[in-house]
Amino acid sequence: MGKNVNETPGMELEAHYRHMRDKTLMRVFILPTLVLLIAINVFPLIWSLFLSFTNYSAKMVNVWGKNPEWIGSGNFARILTDPEMWEKFITTAKYVVMTVAGEMILGFGLALLLQLDFKGRGLITTLLVLPMTMSPVIVGLMWKLFYDPNWGMFNFLLGLGRIDWISDPNRNLYSIVIADIWMWTPFVMLLSLAGLGAVPKYLYEAAEIDRASWWFKFTRITLPMVSPILMLALIFRIIEAFKIFDLPMGITGRGAMAPPLLAMHLYNVSFVTWNTSYGSAIGYIMLIMVLAITLVLVKYLNKAKQ
Amino acid sequence: MAKIMNTKQRILRAVVIFLICVITIIYLIPLLFVIHTSVKPWEFIKDYPPKILFKPTIASYVRIFTARTPLPPGVELSEKEIEDMKWYERLVYRDTNEEIVRQGDLPRRYLNSIIIVIGSTVITIVIGTLAAYGFSRGKMRGKDDWLFFILTTRMLPPVVVVIPVFLMFRSLSLTDTHIGLILLYTVFNVSFAVWVMKGFIDEIPIEYEEAALVDGYTRFQVFMKIVIPQATTGIAATAVFCFIFAWNEYAFAFLLSRKYAQTVPAWLPYQMGVLGYDWGAAAAGTFVFLLPAMIFTIILRKHLVRGITFGAIRK
Repeated sequence: MGKNVNETPGMELEAHYRHMRDKTLMRVFILPTLVLLIAINVFPLIWSLFLSFTNYSAKMVNVWGKNPEWIGSGNFARILTDPEMWEKFITTAKYVVMTVAGEMILGFGLALLLQLDFKGRGLITTLLVLPMTMSPVIVGLMWKLFYDPNWGMFNFLLGLGRIDWISDPNRNLYSIVIADIWMWTPFVMLLSLAGLGAVPKYLYEAAEIDRASWWFKFTRITLPMVSPILMLALIFRIIEAFKIFDLPMGITGRGAMAPPLLAMHLYNVSFVTWNTSYGSAIGYIMLIMVLAITLVLVKYLNKAKQ
Repeated sequence: MAKIMNTKQRILRAVVIFLICVITIIYLIPLLFVIHTSVKPWEFIKDYPPKILFKPTIASYVRIFTARTPLPPGVELSEKEIEDMKWYERLVYRDTNEEIVRQGDLPRRYLNSIIIVIGSTVITIVIGTLAAYGFSRGKMRGKDDWLFFILTTRMLPPVVVVIPVFLMFRSLSLTDTHIGLILLYTVFNVSFAVWVMKGFIDEIPIEYEEAALVDGYTRFQVFMKIVIPQATTGIAATAVFCFIFAWNEYAFAFLLSRKYAQTVPAWLPYQMGVLGYDWGAAAAGTFVFLLPAMIFTIILRKHLVRGITFGAIRK
């Protein structure tokens, strides 16, 4: 079939047949991906939505009506009125603000410095980017060794005394913030570099002719031109920082030394105290929050693009 | 374009380059520290202030790769017996007075990581490339909605998905199996692969395919003989990304593997107590684990921006 396209009769039909086959084949191409995503992503999500309205513990035997037992919005009401949960929300918010602010400022600053063209620039960019593609939990372990008050280098290099960064509840959040900033500043840097590289040269040349100041060029050309890409970096970083789990697991672990972060709490509720349905409800609240943040930021992103 | 610079500009330039170098060195200190600790001799590991200069040794690497047992107190080996030991046995004996009993747990975990990561990467690339081609060239209704749906599955916090996945895997007896984690990592990466691969395939001119179709190729032949060869760079870059993501994954591995299929990230952080706070061995394990991802990052450097933004930015 298809070899003899010069034959006039039936050619239209043939083309039609082929088009149909084409369309089917494209669907067949997409099918495995969709099946997999629906089976191992969508289906579980619907399941946990159901669980979040029940009282269920994965540790106990399933008895319909008892475990899981339908309790309506009981879990959600409990979460929103629990002062301990609010502490978790606030700590997570603090974490997001501190890490993302640090990463945006440092990352963009580094990118501005790296705009200078010099020999070895590529090598330095690659070296700076290394932390970003490491496993967060292993980066956590690495920083745990680095922070150790008895022999680690962190205090020593900064000339601090034997400060305990990990088990002190007033400091452990900052110990994770520092490691997070270390790990993800390159991400912002890399995106900023891409954005800065895409600013048309003639804009600067025109400004040069007008004898514009450095500050003028920066605020009137550079910032507006790179703001969409900075927004994109911001969105990615906020989402990631909000659901942070691996890094604190590497540094403090989930036990008594852990700062009250949402994802860690979700883990403890679901897999340590085995309050599965309550955990699912926390998960759904996090999901809604991530979606809300993303939607708001994407709106700003589209505005920045115009 | 060569630019004529005055002295002031030249000094400024030198200062910025110097600043960048200093920042880079400071930035790499935590990483250098781990490498430094991993080659530190046993007797200096717990020194404070930390000893900076010493003769490097690979004893820590021997310790992380082996399981050892202390010799009973009072047992002292003769010079002859020490002579007859293999070099790694001697290293361990001299440092900690221990005897190597078997291979440690790290090689097994490392092998698990490799099996799971390669398995999932291969499946991800096969089905992801097919889907990306379908989305790139197909003209179906609601295409953008489906693509967006695929993207959102990646945006979910893994901790949210992990509860139902845990329940599902438990009832299917997939917990602590290689196949379970391979499936999970495939799902985790396929949305990424579809988006990035679609970007690469969109860049291939459609004219070749149209010409081949007119020549009587079937669509599948077109895909295999024309699209795939042109997409090799994209496929390779996407595969390396999938490899890195799966290699680094922790939340799923930690919850869904206990022993048999446990990967390195799920295992290494919990070795501190087991190793008796052997910081050298922990540092050695960390470095051995980080090495592949570091090498791949260097290989990937040209495609990094594209990868980390899911193909949103093409440099």
